[in-house]
Amino acid sequence: MLELKNITKKFDDRMILDNINLTVSDGEILCIVGPSGAGKTTLLRCISGLEKANSGEFILDGQSFNPYENRDNDSVIGVVFQDFQLFPNLSVLDNITLAPKMVLHKSDKDAIEEAKIQMKQLNLEGKETLYPYQLSGGQKQRVAIVRALAMNPKILCYDEPTSALDPDLRQEVETIILKLKEQKMTQIVVTHDMEFAKNIADHLFQVSPSNE
Amino acid sequence: MKYIMKILPSLLSGAGMTLQIFFWTIVVSIPLGIVLGLGLTSEFKPLTAILKFYVWLMRGTPLLLQLIFVFYGLPIIGIIFNRYDAAIFAFILNYTAYFAEIFRGGLQSVPKGQYESAKVLRLTYWQTIRRIVIPQVVKIVIPSIGNEVINLIKDSSLVYVIGIGDLLRAGNVATARDVTLVPLLLVGVIYLLMTAIVTYILGKVESRYNTWK
Repeated sequence: MLELKNITKKFDDRMILDNINLTVSDGEILCIVGPSGAGKTTLLRCISGLEKANSGEFILDGQSFNPYENRDNDSVIGVVFQDFQLFPNLSVLDNITLAPKMVLHKSDKDAIEEAKIQMKQLNLEGKETLYPYQLSGGQKQRVAIVRALAMNPKILCYDEPTSALDPDLRQEVETIILKLKEQKMTQIVVTHDMEFAKNIADHLFQVSPSNE
Repeated sequence: MKYIMKILPSLLSGAGMTLQIFFWTIVVSIPLGIVLGLGLTSEFKPLTAILKFYVWLMRGTPLLLQLIFVFYGLPIIGIIFNRYDAAIFAFILNYTAYFAEIFRGGLQSVPKGQYESAKVLRLTYWQTIRRIVIPQVVKIVIPSIGNEVINLIKDSSLVYVIGIGDLLRAGNVATARDVTLVPLLLVGVIYLLMTAIVTYILGKVESRYNTWK
């Protein structure tokens, strides 16, 4: 379970997140919704440690933790970026296995085996040796998901997972997210797409633009 | 033909010197250029200010002046190089500045998202640089590096000014002694051969990086 207590984030003097309190239970899907500019992505970036919150506390399974400085060996938060940010110089398989090998020190064999199991789940079989530029948008996203999962995160975050895709692929993302839920993956999804959010979310968290 | 065979050994030994200067400059300047390029993109202002000054100095003054300064100038304040070391030292100083600028541009064209993506996968800074950033930068900078590398082959002829027997000097000496154009033509041919080989190698490297976009 992840709890956020009184999380505040300012950019210079501009208040972006004002005293955010929220809870994500294990295995559930939380959707963070709100109009653009409200700070949804900033909130996700604070949770995933890409931005440092000015104040407040993150608590994971009862233990206080600091995502911004979480550089040790506990893999906690995985992120699927809006534009995926696959590494263009690495093949699909290397994109997925690079971090497990370099950070978790897995053997080539183990890393590849685990990658292939996940790839099969997300219909990426046979794409191992392709480079990101050879994939469609939906395939890139699935590679990004497998790459995040390969680090065994406790929570998987998505930033606007539907916005870079064709509208008819929205259904596919829903299916994937719900499939991962069946496997007890805790997921946080930032989206401005209310319909999409309602289809997948156990809880909605509304972020509204700060007045200050 | 007989004449060519007679002067060829001295030209080839001159070409050997040219290649030595070329080789050492490349081997030292490119890695050093990467490191300084990283420094130029750092957030630590005093460091970037010093590096910018260095680049400005090296690019803003003639290489010929730098060579003369190192070999004839520095001994006045007690720093003495032999001819060969002076040449290598000046070339490395000069070319590192150009390479640093090229790598700075390359580094800045790698999107910030790549670093963030590596960060959430908990790769360290150096793992990110080595496995993600450098390959992308190399692909971007190959054409510019290629230009500099070819320039370097020809620039190496400037060492004649501090009395080093390189290819150009060997040809010049033979022409002056024998009053014929042949040595200079041969010198031209040898330079063309060297740049052709380098161009070929660069093309190979470039096509190796064309497997991804």
